[in-house]
Amino acid sequence: MRRPRDAPAASRGPWGAARPMLAGEGAAAPVAVDEEGGAIWPAIRWALCRDLRIALRSRAELGVQLLFYVIVVTLFPLATTPERQLLMTMGPGVLWVAALLASLLSLPRLFAGDFADGTLEQIVLSPHPLPALVGGKILAHWLTTGLPVVLLAPALGLQYALPADALLVLALALLIGTPTLSLLGAIGAALTLGLRAGGSLLALLVLPLYIPVLIFGAGSVDIWRAGLAISGNLSLLGAGLLLAVVGAPFAAAAAVRIAMD
Amino acid sequence: MAFNWYKYASPAAFYPLAGRLVPWFSWAAAILAVLGLAVGLGIAPTDFQQGDAYRIIYIHVPAAWMSMFIYLVMAFWGALALGFNTRLSAMLAQSLAPTGALMTFIALWTGALWGRPTWGTYWAWDARMTSELILLFLYLGVIALRNAVEDPRRADRACSVLSLVGAVNVPIIYFSVQWWNTLHQGASVSLTAAPRMATIMLSGMLIMALAAWCYTIAVSLHRVRSIILERERGGAWVGALPEVCSG
Amino acid sequence: MLEAQNLAARRGCSQLFSGLSFRVAAGEVLVVTGANGTGKTTLLRTLAGLTAPSEGEIRWNGKLQLPFAPELRRALAFAGHAPALKDELTAEENLSLLVELAGGRAGRASIRAALDAVALGRRRALPARVLSQGQRRRIGLAKLRLIERRLWILDEPVTALDAAGAALLANLVAVHLAGGGVAVAATHAPLGLPEERMRALALP
Repeated sequence: MRRPRDAPAASRGPWGAARPMLAGEGAAAPVAVDEEGGAIWPAIRWALCRDLRIALRSRAELGVQLLFYVIVVTLFPLATTPERQLLMTMGPGVLWVAALLASLLSLPRLFAGDFADGTLEQIVLSPHPLPALVGGKILAHWLTTGLPVVLLAPALGLQYALPADALLVLALALLIGTPTLSLLGAIGAALTLGLRAGGSLLALLVLPLYIPVLIFGAGSVDIWRAGLAISGNLSLLGAGLLLAVVGAPFAAAAAVRIAMD
Repeated sequence: MAFNWYKYASPAAFYPLAGRLVPWFSWAAAILAVLGLAVGLGIAPTDFQQGDAYRIIYIHVPAAWMSMFIYLVMAFWGALALGFNTRLSAMLAQSLAPTGALMTFIALWTGALWGRPTWGTYWAWDARMTSELILLFLYLGVIALRNAVEDPRRADRACSVLSLVGAVNVPIIYFSVQWWNTLHQGASVSLTAAPRMATIMLSGMLIMALAAWCYTIAVSLHRVRSIILERERGGAWVGALPEVCSG
Repeated sequence: MLEAQNLAARRGCSQLFSGLSFRVAAGEVLVVTGANGTGKTTLLRTLAGLTAPSEGEIRWNGKLQLPFAPELRRALAFAGHAPALKDELTAEENLSLLVELAGGRAGRASIRAALDAVALGRRRALPARVLSQGQRRRIGLAKLRLIERRLWILDEPVTALDAAGAALLANLVAVHLAGGGVAVAATHAPLGLPEERMRALALP
């Protein structure tokens, strides 16, 4: 239910009593208009726009994460063999595991910054629904870490001698799978907020949850190359994503509140 | 225990009750274990295909069953702790985790020992063993989170959320590993398919499963007593206990 | 009206306070004092609903409030230790975001006027990183001015404020109380308010 907007010129509080003027206010005091929090989309938009704006102002950090992804992908052939056939078999798996690791690397930042400067307290006390605010943050996280991986992976897949159609399938699977990684990872990030061994503990908690996404995601390319239909696989990935979209923001919001204790 | 539940919902009331129950469950576990092993090692016939080496399933399968069951119970107590904000539910969940991890560990080791003489390899990446390994990681995650969080109440609630998320994911993980396994091995025989169950073999496993269950209850109740003492040590009733009063 | 009955809080093993009961009516401010470590911040956070008390109840306008209760969140303006600002964003952007987060909506003119009123008008386009601690606190004051909330909970609000800033804060609180609001503040500074509006709570 929305309260009717008060006319800005009258300095009336929302509860009706005339509000005394503050020193320095003129007759037409600019008063913020209050609406009751409770709508979902404004909350998501608030968090998304804010986090994107902040991320774009620290572009170097994003670049470093992508570079990490590239380096990890490059390590595997160096550690094993440059032989084409083996690389082609390994390729999708390596690209997926590196995507998981890149996601893990960036997850602590999801809440830690806000936790440190006190913003998270305000977020948690906001009248807006917390799962929506958390969902907006997760979306911003995926846009700045997952989506670049999706766009970069096909280019890196060339290092693994994967044919173009396989690269397309890989990108599609990553497109569906990386948001799930961000969503599940957010739960872990919220649970380990402020803890000393945060990063490694986060990995321990979240990697088992990532395994189904990994299996179905990397498996898509194998299935494609075996000539079978990938629609089943991608549907499963999609179902996982839906489940995560519906469940993870609430679980992460609960975990954030627990961390505020 | 259908009678007055709520009376025992406080740690102070549960502590003596648990103390009285531990010996009963310990004895039950011991007797059932002896019985089950007698059936499994002695009475049940030698398997046609696998010889006597198969007998390790009398430990392996009950341990695997318990490992999954304990996780669900732990998640259940965690859900109660979150929903009703009760301390005792969280303590019970805390006491179950190490035993669950132990069962998983036993299942993995016995599975490996079974694999070696039967199929020539300790670890064959089959669906059930791989899922069991991931379950071990889930347990270790809960235990690690409990240790990492200093405030006990925050730890309670964080571990409850984690075990609930894990419980939802366990079937998904199992399904995905199964899928992965069939994708890469074709429709071949599952490596840990138990031999065709004669009734006597099944009874042996069930008796061992009951023994494991009683053992779990006994150990968890014993552990929860220690947890209660540690976390409620400010309470007056703790100071009055004979085992705590030194003089 | 804010009411607390038999509040108790523990941090780990130590009992911070227990048996606290008080009532703060409309137009009154509860001033919480005490040495470091006596639990002032914990009390304020408990009243704000960030953390549950180990015992006791909190009532807002007669209704029991559990942690994170929506009704309390809608009525509350909380100022914690850290001024909730993002270093990378400008003062103007920060204020605008804080107001939106609290459920309000303010146009650019309002934001700028608010920043002018706290003497940050010329610095509104600077990233918060370069502002001093006192200036950051003033952005918080501007936010309090812009959003209309019935209950203010302020943890050490005078920290880092200079004399002018402290006067601004006192003025803000006075106006808030005169309009029927309730305030709880952990502070040593004199707020310059008439005695009948102040209630004191000293934590042992």
